[in-house]
Amino acid sequence: MGGTPTDIKLIDENGLRVDGRRPDEMRPIKIEAGVLKRADGSAYIEWGGNKVLAAVYGPREAHPRHLQNPAKAIVQCKYNMASFSVGERKKPGPDRRSIEISKVISEALESVIFVEQFPRTSIDIFIEVIQANAGTRCAGITAASVALADAGIPMRDLIPAVASGKVAGTLVLDMNKEEDNYGNADLPIGIIPRTREIVLMQMDGNLTIDEFNKLLDMNISACMKIYELQKEALKKKYSPVPVETPTAVLEEKKKVGEEKDNQ
Amino acid sequence: MGDDEIISEIKKDYIYKLAERNTRIDGRAFSEYRPIRIERGIVSTAEGSARVKLGGTDVIVGIKMEIGAPFPDTPERGVLTTNAELIPMASPSFEAGPPSVDAIEVARVVDRGIRESQAINLDKLVITKGEKVWVTFIDIHVLDYDGNLFDASTLGALSAILSTKVPASKFGIGEDFPLPVQHIPVSCTFVKLGNAVMLDPNLDEETIAKTRLTVTTNEMGEICAMQKGLTGSFTIDEVKAIIQSAKTAGEEVRKKILG
Repeated sequence: MGGTPTDIKLIDENGLRVDGRRPDEMRPIKIEAGVLKRADGSAYIEWGGNKVLAAVYGPREAHPRHLQNPAKAIVQCKYNMASFSVGERKKPGPDRRSIEISKVISEALESVIFVEQFPRTSIDIFIEVIQANAGTRCAGITAASVALADAGIPMRDLIPAVASGKVAGTLVLDMNKEEDNYGNADLPIGIIPRTREIVLMQMDGNLTIDEFNKLLDMNISACMKIYELQKEALKKKYSPVPVETPTAVLEEKKKVGEEKDNQ
Repeated sequence: MGDDEIISEIKKDYIYKLAERNTRIDGRAFSEYRPIRIERGIVSTAEGSARVKLGGTDVIVGIKMEIGAPFPDTPERGVLTTNAELIPMASPSFEAGPPSVDAIEVARVVDRGIRESQAINLDKLVITKGEKVWVTFIDIHVLDYDGNLFDASTLGALSAILSTKVPASKFGIGEDFPLPVQHIPVSCTFVKLGNAVMLDPNLDEETIAKTRLTVTTNEMGEICAMQKGLTGSFTIDEVKAIIQSAKTAGEEVRKKILG
């Protein structure tokens, strides 16, 4: 949470935001499951200006061996930002921020995985931020849970996540880069939709208890919408008949087939 | 931290059973801190220092000040850096070497509380705009780990900050002056055991806990930083209750910091 901007008006006279959104409006989200060949499961998410890939390997033998747990699988997430994903080149490799994010995402994902079914193994999750525009940890965990499901790993539920915050005194959902840089508070939250329990939560900035309660409601209802997108992405990959194929297209295919027969 | 510790199943069951009966292994109420002892100015080579005992947890925090360049995006502000070392002396589960994930998490949560509450007025730590500013290093050394390093470290950092003198005369740029402190953030960490939510977990409680939440509030009762940890989950009502409780408990701790 930086300072107050002098030249950017974060909320205009109509109450709209820098990118024209209403305070409670999310950026467009597109999720695709199973985008990589080698990984056991994968997902790609485009969320506003964020482009994030998630890949899952495992359950596989945990290395080094001293990490193995005889009672359960260990869940190891590595969140990484590409050096070109931000305005000024980021030094490659893990920094303290990404180590912390990897830790909270690993813990949140472990809460929904049936880890006790895979003793001594490791479930490795790789989140690669290709292009960043605020909210990458939420985009990352949202994609990672789709990738876990794509890998066929038994889970209690998917985890959708979104950040909300305070910008120029207004409570807003899903901040973009400008809002994140110059805002007054940031509250990323990830939930288990079935029970509405909170498994990922961080916060920085300044909020009254009343503001926190409002943002929490905003986050949870947004998470429920993201949850639908996650499920749709999985259905799209796994339905026997592709969901985007309407009957008209099927008939067209049939016609083409018949024409071939006639030739 | 806690998950590398070993605890017997029988003790674990005992702590859970006690929690069902609204008590704890050390007899405290769920919303009660362990005794807090703060000593300030104990390291003369540091610009500020404090040693904090939170029950059996013992943390020493030193503040060093240097002159350096500001970050390009905040040319009119001093620089703040927080680091935590979980040295092997403090626990059989701590190892020597580069900072562990746990050490990084502690440092970043403490840093967030101090930075976001604007505890230190960084605007007043500029020497030459865009060129020279004061760099404040907060270094947390854990000497004895008996649970809840988050709160002990934030408490230690704040106490050390309050005792810090900016060594301007050493660098020949005027008189020494106290580090400009404008807010007193307090962090309160809770863990959940079964359905019981308890403040300031000791080592045993932290070892068996599956869910943790740290809430840092300022003297206005506003939330400045939060961090949910471990693999469990909180209900919405639990989170709301924890925040209220953090506000109340924070006020008590703040008196101790200022006292």
